[in-house]
Amino acid sequence: MKRVIQFGTGSTLAVMLSSTALMAAEELNALVWCDHTDPALLEPFETAHNVRVNVKEYEGTAAALAILDQSRPGDWDVLVIDGVDVGRAVDEGRLAALPADQLPTASFFPEVVMADNNTRDGVTYAVTEKFGYNTIAYNKSKVDVADMNDMSTLWGEKYAGKIAVYDYYLPLLGLVGLEQGINTADLDSNAVEGMRERLYALKDAAKSVSDVVASQTALATGEVDIVIGGGEWLTAVLSAENSDMDWLVPEEGALRWSQSIGVLEDSTNKDLAVEFVKYITSPEGQARLATSSCYWAMPANAEAGAILTDAEKTALRWDEQADYLARTQLYPTPDADLDLAMQDLWTDMLQQ
Amino acid sequence: MTIEHQERRRAFGFVTPALIWTCAFFLVPFAVMVLLSLAHLEGREIIQTYDLDNYVKIFTEPSLFKGIVVSLEITLIVTVISILLAWPLAWIIATQVPQRYQRLAIMLAVLPFWTSYVVRSYAWALVLGQNGVVMQALIGIGILDEPIQIMATRAATIIGFVHFFVMLLTLTIYSNLIQLSPNYARAAADLGASGWNTLRLVILPLTLPGIMTGAFLTFVLCIGDYITPQILGGNNELTMPQLIMLQLGRRGDFPMASALSVILMMLVTLAYAATARWLKMERV
Repeated sequence: MKRVIQFGTGSTLAVMLSSTALMAAEELNALVWCDHTDPALLEPFETAHNVRVNVKEYEGTAAALAILDQSRPGDWDVLVIDGVDVGRAVDEGRLAALPADQLPTASFFPEVVMADNNTRDGVTYAVTEKFGYNTIAYNKSKVDVADMNDMSTLWGEKYAGKIAVYDYYLPLLGLVGLEQGINTADLDSNAVEGMRERLYALKDAAKSVSDVVASQTALATGEVDIVIGGGEWLTAVLSAENSDMDWLVPEEGALRWSQSIGVLEDSTNKDLAVEFVKYITSPEGQARLATSSCYWAMPANAEAGAILTDAEKTALRWDEQADYLARTQLYPTPDADLDLAMQDLWTDMLQQ
Repeated sequence: MTIEHQERRRAFGFVTPALIWTCAFFLVPFAVMVLLSLAHLEGREIIQTYDLDNYVKIFTEPSLFKGIVVSLEITLIVTVISILLAWPLAWIIATQVPQRYQRLAIMLAVLPFWTSYVVRSYAWALVLGQNGVVMQALIGIGILDEPIQIMATRAATIIGFVHFFVMLLTLTIYSNLIQLSPNYARAAADLGASGWNTLRLVILPLTLPGIMTGAFLTFVLCIGDYITPQILGGNNELTMPQLIMLQLGRRGDFPMASALSVILMMLVTLAYAATARWLKMERV
């Protein structure tokens, strides 16, 4: 059965890619988050290397690993992955060693180098490329900003029906845990099950549970005033047109996400894949990635600050990063069973 | 070889490409899906087994079973409302609009088909929102004092669906109506039937093929639709296609997604069985 799926996936990919095969001398296939699909990000690399970068979006590490399982070895060259999940990919032998001396990690914000995640036994397997926060985003003309500093107010009557919950179980369960005083590193099956009623109550207070686009639309159109799980990635694009779109890290803290990029062990095009990683982590690539069309967020490389405009840095809260980095926690890192339990709880909540 | 045999072989030759196409792109993938629905996901590994555990889980796990119930409820409500709106519209176009303007009227009726399905759903999201046209109009004319929530509810999903399927049903019912001879109505009148009774007892039953064909298409398209409930429903309840996407996109659980898909196909088959006696394509 696995071979049937692999054949089907491989054939589909082959058909999909064959139409573009003649357009460039080489091709690079990347499994990415949606911010990497912005042509403004890819074109400079494609032009410089006379290569076509084929990108496929995915949602959640489990889905990415399932796609890799169902593809043929060599189908994919580059993987963008949650920073906290790099270890999983390394354990499974998915990622190739990177030339650490050619990567600009010395100019990264120190907190997001995340050597514990990206290296193993002194070998670098991935490098952080972008980070941001899952926290509280809001329309400051519609809410009392002081209330946003206390997450528990979001469960109350005051904002009932004016809240959208970002539809991604990992950061949201992390946030609900923080509201209950549980650190993300301490989330286990008992703690997750213990959050069931609190999660259901949040659903009751919320108007919708929405993806990135729907959350942005709801906040921008005034459908909701607060997005739980939102952050700069949600409001930065909107704030250019409406300066009332804002976000903060509440007293309880918030979740810090980071995404890493690596080269797949099975890639048959490792040299070019490494060049792509070097481009993405360069100041120019970082500035483009930070402001790519799908969502904005902080670049890992601090030297991108010299390229970003003042307005872009203001939207990203460049000057407040030290405080935010100190008060936020990394995503939960569930094993396969806990991950499924978290997803089951999330599905139960959606069906309430 | 008789002429009859030769003709039969020639006819078979004409049908063969369609048969090969159907086998390659429907029967074989469907068989693979059924086999996969009997497998298990262990960790991230798909283990091929041959039991009904996934099906048992669908009917015993409340969040999964609710997906079937929600899908059926929404589909049935949409189908009934669409028929109630489409039949009078089709009847007016077929009988009250002068023949030379009927084509224009039908074109106007199906005009929304010309826009993208996704764009149309997002447009409805804006129209039905708190600050949307509908709410502002209702407040403006004094029916409401303050906005009520329609967006991100089942009502929004139903409105989005009905807008689309009324057009479809109007087409099938109109096609049926214009084939009816005016002599049926004249005969009914000669026999003393009132206009209402003629409509109720003669015209309406004769348009059942058009109604049922449209209703069946509405059922199939509505119960399998992911976009409208995803955009307009606000994830406040999940339909079967949304649950299937969750299995595929997040869990990588292809066996469970396959089992849900098989059940979805069984529901469509049941709908076909229920309407088959009226599905006479020559009448629509």
